[in-house]
Amino acid sequence: MAENKNKPTQVGDTGHVWDGIRELDNPCPRWWLNALYLSGLIVVVYFVLYPSLPLVHESTKGLLGWTQINEYKEDLAKVEAKRAPFDDKLAAMSVNEILADQDMLNYAIGSSKVLFGDNCAACHGTGGAPAAGAGYPNLTDDDWLYGGTVDEIEMSIAKGRQGNMPAHEKLLKPEEVDQLVKFAVDSSNGVTNEAGLALFNAKGCFACHGADAKGIKAMGSANLTDKIWRFSGDEDQIRHTILHGVNDASDKLTRVAVMPQWSQKLSVMLQARAYAIADGEDPDEIDWTDELDGTEAERLSETDIKKLAVYVHQFGGGQ
Amino acid sequence: MSEVKNNPNINIDDLYEDVSEWRINTGDIKIVAKRLPGGFRTLKWLGMSVWSILFLGPYIRFNGAQAVLFDLPQRQFNIFHVTIYPQDIWMLSLTLLFFAILLAAVTSIAGRVFCGYFCFQTVWTDIYTWIEGKIEGNTPQKALKFSKAPWTINKLSLKALKHGLWLLIGLFTGISFVAWFTDAYQLWDDLFSFQVSLTALIIIASFTGGTYLFAGFMREQVCFWLCPYARLQGVMYDQDTVLPSYDAERGEPRARVKKGEDFSTRGSCVDCNVCVAVCPTGIDIRKGQQEGCITCGLCIDACDSIMDKTNQPHGLIRYASYKELHHNAPVVPLYKRFRVIIYGLILLLALSGIVYGFTHLSPTEFKVIHERQPLFVLLSDGSIQNKYTVKLLNKTKNTIKVHFDIEGLEGAILHGLDDMEIEPGKVVPVTALVRVHRDQLDADLIPIVFIGKVENSTIAIRYESMFMSPKQ
Repeated sequence: MAENKNKPTQVGDTGHVWDGIRELDNPCPRWWLNALYLSGLIVVVYFVLYPSLPLVHESTKGLLGWTQINEYKEDLAKVEAKRAPFDDKLAAMSVNEILADQDMLNYAIGSSKVLFGDNCAACHGTGGAPAAGAGYPNLTDDDWLYGGTVDEIEMSIAKGRQGNMPAHEKLLKPEEVDQLVKFAVDSSNGVTNEAGLALFNAKGCFACHGADAKGIKAMGSANLTDKIWRFSGDEDQIRHTILHGVNDASDKLTRVAVMPQWSQKLSVMLQARAYAIADGEDPDEIDWTDELDGTEAERLSETDIKKLAVYVHQFGGGQ
Repeated sequence: MSEVKNNPNINIDDLYEDVSEWRINTGDIKIVAKRLPGGFRTLKWLGMSVWSILFLGPYIRFNGAQAVLFDLPQRQFNIFHVTIYPQDIWMLSLTLLFFAILLAAVTSIAGRVFCGYFCFQTVWTDIYTWIEGKIEGNTPQKALKFSKAPWTINKLSLKALKHGLWLLIGLFTGISFVAWFTDAYQLWDDLFSFQVSLTALIIIASFTGGTYLFAGFMREQVCFWLCPYARLQGVMYDQDTVLPSYDAERGEPRARVKKGEDFSTRGSCVDCNVCVAVCPTGIDIRKGQQEGCITCGLCIDACDSIMDKTNQPHGLIRYASYKELHHNAPVVPLYKRFRVIIYGLILLLALSGIVYGFTHLSPTEFKVIHERQPLFVLLSDGSIQNKYTVKLLNKTKNTIKVHFDIEGLEGAILHGLDDMEIEPGKVVPVTALVRVHRDQLDADLIPIVFIGKVENSTIAIRYESMFMSPKQ
């Protein structure tokens, strides 16, 4: 064939002619042909090694036994294997110990973003700040109903929280409500309101909000003297809260404010440890068989809650 | 075919007359190019010798470390005393731009200079064919005789020697390439103790195999069928580009020479075919400019040697522009050629950018990223808090101690950004909180400057960011 190359007219053709232009039957470059045969060979090898031919119910399996889902699972296992030493270490640490250890802190924060997004962001917002007026607590400010130390945040997540304020629609006269609304606004702005304070004390508001109206951490009552409002600083909204209360089942218009319990087990354990420390006992000596009966619900693992507590603490408002 | 042949209106032979001049080399004939000495041959050796940098460069040491090391795992390029981090990678794009335009500029001036004198494909092929010529014979006749000879021990050992040498060159090429990316001396240690990493091994093997295949077997086929630059460079020619060309006006009509013949009545070309014999891609330059020509100038050397023998002046084949050959036009000086001026300007721009980059390399990389979610937080005392992530990369070779401060916002207090010690090449992200009382804010968007002072140093660190607050 090679000797014909200089004389294309003597080369055979394929019989195809368009406007007098013949398609010649010159050979392809040899390296190109070899590459073509090689790719054909690769297809055959591929068909033998990998799942390929679709049959009636399923495809051929291939000698390597490779599947997409297995590859995914293997990769996932690799990620988990990489995380395992950190998670194991984290499980044995308290939240305060995590805060003190920069490496573990970085790991806890880094691995909590998805956890927070999946479980918390629906109410509290992706960055810990809920949409304005949505009525969920902001986790990035320095005002904490139940305390802002990392221990207290851990407890809040584990135990869940449910605020409580009775509806006052039937207990107060409208002008008394107006006066209390004014008192709340004045307190937030740092303005003294003697008449309001007298009514606040007379109607028993101090029992929950405290004699100084700064709220009581153990009850989770709101601080009325700072600039941050649990629901809203708008006068109508304050009036609504006073009239209908929070989580008062007897009032249909009551505000609903419930944080779910994420681990009953952890909340019991944290409580028991706190009591033990208060009694001067070693919390590591607690006999958990007395405290736990094995039926405690766990929506999130202890490690996940620790990570979230640290993550929330690092939003900028942790104490 | 018969159908066409029977059609009297179409003269197939006319149709293909032009095409028949083309000899399309599809690789089934091995080209054994004759080697002749000459000026362009020397030039080619000089051009090729640039590649010795590839083999020797990695062994140069500077301050106890490899002088030029492209350290991919550490994400840094070390070039003598300069360390380039990914943040400075824009200089690499300028460098690439520089060389791309250099290729274009040189091509528009003097053709495929890169192909002819520098290209790794033609350079390695030249070395491989030189070895082959020494072992199997350096003329087509000797090579054919060798390949037709019976398989004796002698032929086998000569073949083994050739392939061995080829593979050895390939191997050295691979090792030398890898040596730019890892400590060269350590690499040899690892190679001899069989501890070299799998990645390095795969790269060395690919280079060995690739070199062996491309320079040993594919040769000019790469230039013909695979190389994109070969196609690209052709379009950069214009009628002022000087290329190795055959002066047909002087050379034709060509004829074999007789003793004592007078050249004034005939063409200068004696049809000795030596220009074809020396061509590494096997083309005939007398058929004009063509895709296979890598403008190596070896045919010029060859033709000049024949001109000497026939007592004619040099330059029947010479570097000449289309205008010079066909219109007898004088050579246009470079500064009057629009293309060259534009290419030159881009080259200058890229070069000044690279020089600026190298002389203005910052010893640190400072970034302050404003938290997006939430943009600001109202605190219980009525102040507004913004959160920032501060990242400071230390590009010096020493640990630095930095003290941070903020400027530009009256009454702003910086929290959580303590003095930091940063190790060389490390970046530590730290959270910073800035608080301002609401009464002191007069706009919802106020510029704020983060400043870092490096202890015992003049390094200035500065980053302008924004402080955001609710609409007033």
